[in-house]
Amino acid sequence: MKGNLAGPAAELRITNLVKRFGGSAMAANAFVAVDNISLTVPAGSFFAMLGPSGCGKTTTLRMVAGLEQPTSGEILLNGNDITHLKPYNRPVNTVFQSYALFPHLTVFENVAFGLRRKNEQNISKRVDAMLELVQLDGYGARRPAQLSGGQQQRVALARALINAPQVLLLDEPLGALDLKLRRQMQLELKRIQSEVSTTFVHVTHDQEEAMTMADTIAVMRHGRVEQLASPIDLYERPATAFVANFLGKSNLLEGRVTGTAGAMLLVETHGVALRLPAANRPAAAAELYVGVRPEKLHMTGTGAPVPAGHNALEATVTDSSFMGVSTQYVVRTAWQQELTVFAQNMGVDGMRARGTAVQLHWDPQHTFAVPRTGSPLETEAEL
Amino acid sequence: MSPVPPRRGLLSGTAWMPYALLLPGLLWLGLFFVTPILTLLSTSLQEGSISTGYRFTWRFANYTNAFSDYQAQFGRSILYAGLATLLALVICYPLAYFIAFRAGRYKNLMLLIVVAPFFTSFLIRTLSWKIILADSGWVVGMFQTLGLLPPGGRLLATSFAVVAGITYNFLPFMTLPLYTSLERLDASLIEAAGDLYAGPVTAFFKVTFPLSMPGVVAGTLLTFIPAAGDYINVRFLGTPSQSMLGNVIDSRFLAVLDYPTAAALSITLMFTILVLVGLYVRRAGTEDLV
Amino acid sequence: MCAEPARRIWFERATQQRARGCLMTQATAPLAAAAAPQLPASNTPSLLFRVWRAITRNLVVFYAFLALFYIYLPVIVVFIFSFNDNSGRYNFTWQGFTLKSWLNPCGVSGLCPALVNSLQIAALSTLGATFLGTMIAFAIVRHRFSGRTATNVLIFMPMATPEIVMASSLLALFLNLGIPTGFGTILIGHILFNISYVVVTVKARLQGMNSALEEAAMDLYANEWHTFHKVTLPLVTPGIISAALLAFALSFDDLIVTNFNSGNTVTLPMFVWGAAQRGVPPQINVMGAAMFLVALGLALASLGMQRRSA
Repeated sequence: MKGNLAGPAAELRITNLVKRFGGSAMAANAFVAVDNISLTVPAGSFFAMLGPSGCGKTTTLRMVAGLEQPTSGEILLNGNDITHLKPYNRPVNTVFQSYALFPHLTVFENVAFGLRRKNEQNISKRVDAMLELVQLDGYGARRPAQLSGGQQQRVALARALINAPQVLLLDEPLGALDLKLRRQMQLELKRIQSEVSTTFVHVTHDQEEAMTMADTIAVMRHGRVEQLASPIDLYERPATAFVANFLGKSNLLEGRVTGTAGAMLLVETHGVALRLPAANRPAAAAELYVGVRPEKLHMTGTGAPVPAGHNALEATVTDSSFMGVSTQYVVRTAWQQELTVFAQNMGVDGMRARGTAVQLHWDPQHTFAVPRTGSPLETEAEL
Repeated sequence: MSPVPPRRGLLSGTAWMPYALLLPGLLWLGLFFVTPILTLLSTSLQEGSISTGYRFTWRFANYTNAFSDYQAQFGRSILYAGLATLLALVICYPLAYFIAFRAGRYKNLMLLIVVAPFFTSFLIRTLSWKIILADSGWVVGMFQTLGLLPPGGRLLATSFAVVAGITYNFLPFMTLPLYTSLERLDASLIEAAGDLYAGPVTAFFKVTFPLSMPGVVAGTLLTFIPAAGDYINVRFLGTPSQSMLGNVIDSRFLAVLDYPTAAALSITLMFTILVLVGLYVRRAGTEDLV
Repeated sequence: MCAEPARRIWFERATQQRARGCLMTQATAPLAAAAAPQLPASNTPSLLFRVWRAITRNLVVFYAFLALFYIYLPVIVVFIFSFNDNSGRYNFTWQGFTLKSWLNPCGVSGLCPALVNSLQIAALSTLGATFLGTMIAFAIVRHRFSGRTATNVLIFMPMATPEIVMASSLLALFLNLGIPTGFGTILIGHILFNISYVVVTVKARLQGMNSALEEAAMDLYANEWHTFHKVTLPLVTPGIISAALLAFALSFDDLIVTNFNSGNTVTLPMFVWGAAQRGVPPQINVMGAAMFLVALGLALASLGMQRRSA
């Protein structure tokens, strides 16, 4: 089985994948961890599954690894169905969340484990080369317990990578490391991925980690894919209120479509007319949320000229916190909604005092819209 | 990250696998534990004598007779076992505490030193106490000098010797569970109690002791159960006037060959202990002992 | 011994009061000095506090060594009397130093055959109980099956039953079935009371094992057998070894189950039991002392190995 599947990076395709725990669909205690997911991970890409705990990302990963049997659906690797293969018959390897290094074996034997099972040649040479790649040369004789967290993480990576998997699965691989080490390992993982050019599927709840490392991100929630896109698209054009709030901060205003003007969509929110690219309209429904990122908002004094074509709002400063590179303001609109504004510290304006009346304006191109299903507060509470 | 509900392990194999693993051992327990207890139950309701043979007649009088004839021994079994358990707890708790919190890197060595003497045979240890508590020995001499014992008073052949012997013999059964639960205890919890204005005594009774409860429960059970059925200590260190239920069962079964009475006493002892253990475990709130 | 805890509580209460006083003098010294002139000078209580604390701290140490003395007293006596040059039947009074018992441990008729019987029964019952108990532990921890509660009760019951009940019930069974008692019936009884202890010990080890390790093995191309052989078994082995050691010790030292079901077979505890009535030769003390030394030696060696591999 392994022989004809082995090869360089493979495309991973998941179709209609469902995982239900605890009995039949009718059972009261049934819990749907993965709810009909379909996605394609291109060969050689760095793919991230991002979402809060319980969103089904780890279960999906475990099904790809073969550690969990799907209730229904298919998993294809370069077009070959691997859905029901045993974990040891899949050309896929995993870097486990807590590393799962064998405590009774040395670092060398941990890394050699997969090669020995496959009766491969030149084990010693290949293990040494792999330890060098993860910068652990000379550590072969040690036991996992004698290594630091970061070193254990590298052993786990080496142990999986040495088998030249067609897809490498990483289950929160950096979760146990401290912030500084995590940043360093993120870069390291990127470097290694470009060196071995294997397909990486990375599961994380850290949006910054996903944005830094991945080519494509699937944002997951309640066992479904909320949005699948590149980091830039996810950030600039979130498809749902959940994505808009899970990746960075967003200001969402309740709006109603009133018409179009060329390529622009006209929306009215609490009596204020706003414009945004018609291409950003999510659905035919007239009711939607209009969104804009806090750093896209320009804050001026009332009465100051607004650049032609910009959207504009009046508001009052209610709070400010100085953060060095920027100042975060909370402002209140006439309809008592609080919005966040990041004002970059250019050294021109002073701080605006609480109670100051201000005017906000922004480029319509920086405006996105998401469907109005549920309140944005509800999704925020989930985070 | 995601909550993974309990699932069948990858190595579960086929559905009959667990039964295949369980069968030989459970068969052994069924054949040589459950059947004997049932046999014992039936024996306890038989009547007759060794010369005429025994017949099963639902003779419940065996129980009432056995209980009225041997209530003193019955009471002593529970009393001596209870006293010994309490003494063992008082002796072992500080010892286990010392090893868990003060022995540092010598923890395992200290534990070994504490347990090693118990590899000397139970009987040989008990005989050794006979020498130590002998009438002409230094312990009796010291007790007499201190006025704890009248001149000519004895330690051997008294309840004191029997309880001391039982206490001694079951010490490891108390020490090991206590040590295990204390060793697991996070020392920073005690520090936190101190930080929250608890003095050493309060911290001990409000934090350390409650958290070591699983060890206390396991240790007291492991000491009390064998102690209640013991008859060796009485035989070596006591006299017939200290005899416990075990001594009666032993002689009824092996010397007098009065099987129904012996069986009735065994069953009574077993159920008394089961009831006491059940009540105690419920009271202590630690039901996941096994 | 009984007075100790009460005294300790008193000490610690005193310490507590001192500590409170000390805290107050440090934190609010100027205020307290002004408002409460009856408070003693601030340096004395903190010194006293330190002295009290040293005493209460070392009380646990003192107590532990007292307990150790209690534990070792009989062993010391066993050692001393193994060198006793006694002439009478009972080896209870000191009569002079000799090495003759150590040089001729089998000098008492029946002692060494009893030792051999004990070793054989302990070895065989350990083997049997470890095998049966380990399988049960694996089933309980690693599998789902119906009747789990009943199984747990069945495992717990022998441990909650006084040994004399187990011993007499087994005898009742053998009597009723007309099975002659002897080596085989002793073995049956020893395997029986050891199974539960093996299950509990191995189960604890298995439960403490991270199942991700086995998943990792399968992810790394190890099939079910290799996963068991290369990962599960090596990791559970320490638990199985300690279970086996416990079983061996319990079997080797058992009198009660043996006494009821031995027929004409004599084990070492049976020999001592009989000798206690007829007369105790110093060779029995030699056996006891040797057992202690062997056990201590083995345990120290394993500890040394642990330390080296760590």
